[in-house]
Amino acid sequence: MNILLPLPIIIPLLTGIVALLAYRSRTAQRWLNVTGSTALLIATIFLLIGVERNGIYAVQIAGWLAPYGITLVADLLSAIMLVLVGIIGLAVAIFSLADIEPADETFGFHQLYQFLLMGVCGAFLTGDLFNLYVWFEVMLMASFVLLALGGDHGQMQGALKYVTINLVSSAIFLAALGLLYGTVGTLNMADVADKFSKELSAQESGLINTLAILFLIAFGIKAAIFPLFFWLPDSYHTPSVSVSAVFSGLLTKVGVYALIRVFTLVFVQDMDLIHNLILIIAGLTMVTGVLGAASQMEFRRVLSFHIISQIGFMIMGLGLFTPIALAGSVFYIVHHIIVKSNLFLISGVVKHMYGTLKLKEIGGLYKRMPILGILFLVVALSLAGFPPLSGFFAKFGLIREGLVQESYFIVFVSLVVGLLTLFSMIKIWNEVFWKELPEHVDIPTSAMNQAGLKILFAPIVVLAFITILIGLGASPIFDLALRAGEQLLNPSIYIRAVLGDSP
Amino acid sequence: MEVILAIVIGGLYAAGIYMLLRRSLVKLLLGLGLISHAANLLIFTAARLTRAASPIIPVSEEAFPASYADPLPQALILTAIVISFGVIAFALALSYRTYKIAGSDDLDKMRETKE
Repeated sequence: MNILLPLPIIIPLLTGIVALLAYRSRTAQRWLNVTGSTALLIATIFLLIGVERNGIYAVQIAGWLAPYGITLVADLLSAIMLVLVGIIGLAVAIFSLADIEPADETFGFHQLYQFLLMGVCGAFLTGDLFNLYVWFEVMLMASFVLLALGGDHGQMQGALKYVTINLVSSAIFLAALGLLYGTVGTLNMADVADKFSKELSAQESGLINTLAILFLIAFGIKAAIFPLFFWLPDSYHTPSVSVSAVFSGLLTKVGVYALIRVFTLVFVQDMDLIHNLILIIAGLTMVTGVLGAASQMEFRRVLSFHIISQIGFMIMGLGLFTPIALAGSVFYIVHHIIVKSNLFLISGVVKHMYGTLKLKEIGGLYKRMPILGILFLVVALSLAGFPPLSGFFAKFGLIREGLVQESYFIVFVSLVVGLLTLFSMIKIWNEVFWKELPEHVDIPTSAMNQAGLKILFAPIVVLAFITILIGLGASPIFDLALRAGEQLLNPSIYIRAVLGDSP
Repeated sequence: MEVILAIVIGGLYAAGIYMLLRRSLVKLLLGLGLISHAANLLIFTAARLTRAASPIIPVSEEAFPASYADPLPQALILTAIVISFGVIAFALALSYRTYKIAGSDDLDKMRETKE
């Protein structure tokens, strides 16, 4: 049994529990949160190195053999996602030290934060569809409370929408699980894939298409694809910045991960219909997201709509369904998580400086904080896809493969969307950093002291540095993503790793 | 039996979705509850109904008797019930707070999440 594999679940769990025991001491909780997140990052990096060298890791908990026991699996995609959880987890944990209100800390921010990381890691690691449902619920429960923490008017309404739509999505997922179990009699992903590839008869293909669509809807709501994204821009700008940064980086990506996993492993036969559908959805998601962003005048709402538009790019690779396209998706996810969380963190500094994020009431920040301006430019241009930053290579991989596959329309759409992304980012740059402070607004006096600002800046600088690093060192990361893509398109490797050699 | 359950499940889904589409917060919660019940019953029915055959190996035997009910779906449903219990309890508390803060349980009056 490989001890590394359960660690990304155990570390946040233990940290959360110890932090609960230390509920009297805010200082202890803060230290625990940062220490636990650091340990998580280290564990996930070792896991990625191990998976990269030795192939897919699979562990049967307590020795009950698959498909009967609880299976944890880490292939390259899972391992890459876990490292991203580690990076964002640590970055936001540090940021939250200066960002979170003391009242929210006493109501359990640090504990919930660790449980959220546990849920996300569990979803990336599990090899069983029902466990995926359970991990979704763990993650959602923590996110519900984090979203409502603080409890002002906007937050409550945002949380209510978020809770409702996610519960509906969970119910659809659960129904799909029931029907799938009735069809194949197992929910272990490798086992389901194995049975589908062997015992698929023609009359069942209608049922399997229905199941595929149910999974697409259930995960699509979580991933915020068109036309199921309405909950996202209504809720992500309401909680504290740390919370929306970690949500923006990780939660929708769990949905994308689940889509990629299910549609490369389980539903692979006869899926041309679904792949075309995914491509169309990808295009519509990109366009609606970016147009929504263009019409917004609030920092975090602009960013929220951009999350939607970029989900489109991620599932575009899934729709094209070639190794390079999937590698493009993986690379895009890597780039997006780092960049998008960082943009939210930057919005947090702006919020601390001005007390608001309405673009009309902000201005002249470049004069006051030139360094933040430059950091924002680096990150925003990366999001828009400027070479040599990370976004360029992410889009380049996808668009090139789109041309090779002769899907010209989606390529055209994604290029236009890239331009519009640049437009929105420049809008933020103009409003926040470049224009003079509007006359009716008083020059705000920030309550934040220098030490607090340093804590806010540290994760932003590091994440921006990682963005540049991904851009400059794109080749090894793209190679890794390509291997992840090839692994995804050969489900037999995954099946053998879980079920053993003689299924 | 399957036919009756299928009709019940369909009725539950229909009622649940109807409730979700109403404007009242309380009905929204009832709708969520109904939908999760419908999903649980769906698992139960889709996994085949076997009557009067418990999955217990008799003392004198070494394997299951020829026909036995699959216990796994019931375990799945039990897990799902526990989860939906917790989540609905949270949603109740949340909607009570929302009602207190917003001063109304009419969802149409809650369009302003913009700060």
